[in-house]
Amino acid sequence: MKYAGLLVMPAGFFLSLYALVLFSAPAPRTAFVLCGLAVECLGLVVAVRGHMEARGENRI
Amino acid sequence: MNPTLPTAPILSEAAFALCLALLLVAPLAIAGVALINTGLGRCRSAAQAMLGNLVLLAVAVISFALIGATWVGSTGAAGHSFQFAGRPWEWLGAGPLLLGSLGAAGPQSQLALLFEMLAVALAAFIPWGSGADRLRLSAGCAIAALLAATVFPLLAHWVWAGGWLSQLGVNFSLGAGFLDGGGAATVHILGGLSALAVVWITGPRKGKFPKEGLSTALPGHNAIYVLFGCLLALVGWLAWNLAGALLWLHAPLGSLPVTAVNTLLSAAGSVTATFAVTRFRFGKPDASLCANGWLAGLVSSSACAGLVTPGESLFVGCVAGILTPLLVELLELALSIDDPSGAITVHAVGGLWGLLAAGIFAPMTGQFVAQLIGIATLLGLILPLVYLLFWLLNRVVAFRVDSDGERIGMDLHELGGGAYPEFVIHRDESYR
Repeated sequence: MKYAGLLVMPAGFFLSLYALVLFSAPAPRTAFVLCGLAVECLGLVVAVRGHMEARGENRI
Repeated sequence: MNPTLPTAPILSEAAFALCLALLLVAPLAIAGVALINTGLGRCRSAAQAMLGNLVLLAVAVISFALIGATWVGSTGAAGHSFQFAGRPWEWLGAGPLLLGSLGAAGPQSQLALLFEMLAVALAAFIPWGSGADRLRLSAGCAIAALLAATVFPLLAHWVWAGGWLSQLGVNFSLGAGFLDGGGAATVHILGGLSALAVVWITGPRKGKFPKEGLSTALPGHNAIYVLFGCLLALVGWLAWNLAGALLWLHAPLGSLPVTAVNTLLSAAGSVTATFAVTRFRFGKPDASLCANGWLAGLVSSSACAGLVTPGESLFVGCVAGILTPLLVELLELALSIDDPSGAITVHAVGGLWGLLAAGIFAPMTGQFVAQLIGIATLLGLILPLVYLLFWLLNRVVAFRVDSDGERIGMDLHELGGGAYPEFVIHRDESYR
């Protein structure tokens, strides 16, 4: 699950980057970049949850 | 030479002399962080932590000089780029090997290299503090070498040396491009994200998260080191932010006092906010969290001290100071992340907040989106890249010490002697 989250994060980065090329108007460009960041945050949350689950199994 | 890239403005003689003097003071920030890292660890690992700080600095600087500096390059100089959507994307520098032509380079390039060498040393320190009490010295050195040779040069080129992030203004009309005068992205966020990767890979200290109940408190062994480190760091940070403003933001000499005031206000606002939050939550102020708050304010100022007004800087510091104790608690209690030095909160989150604040408050049109793109790069590309590199490195050089080493302490296990040989080390109550 941690690795899945870490794989989602670059997708968000490329989404943000593509906003620069796709849009020239500031509003849609900003919105698209924020969407990319949201995807990255989602990936981070999944990675953190994966870490928590792994830790829960290995507690000593 | 890429003809589409502008060259950096030339520093005046006075600015050059001031910048050089500031860079000679900047290592005090490194000394401050080293003291904080050591003080927040346990007494039976103190000598290993402090020796690690020295050795990591050496390894990072050598690795950067041998390999990394080649990839950083400098603004207007030759670099590797590709065309996409009709625009150039410069992604890697192409400097001379082994600092070959450093003596013949312009004085500004020499100053930039000195700044980058200090920056890479500080970036390498940050994950070392988070791996305290279980990260092996050899692994710390390998991490420092890897960061200095690969990820740091990549990021430094993108942000400081004419790379695609710094050219967002020219290519996409986004303000002045991604701005990071004091190294919030290249040093602190890189270091903080590396700390997260190290903590994920090494796991928590033994006994930190018992099978039943809440996490065990393993307080730092020397609050005086930590708090004195904060004061030392302030001096270094002032120098760092001013030198960065001259070199990377091309600020005029007349604007430097405001940058210094902003740095001080950000740290002051942050520590005051952390003091109030911990006083309110725990009934008494917490020394180590206040130290973390102070540092978080300084880190935030690295991103925005040269771009905002004093009032805005105070606000940025206050927000960083409120976030710090809450996030340290969240990471430990809710997310099972054992970060003894608080580097993930202080350096990564503090830096991200500073970059965002710079985008919000900077007067240039489009600067907010440029800062967002920088943040997206750090979170979406650099964090997975660092984790992948460290994961591979861990297969070659095991990060975590064996359980026996952790039981007797890193000093005895790795160095054969403790930092405080005349003191009685108490039995560890956290082992059950």
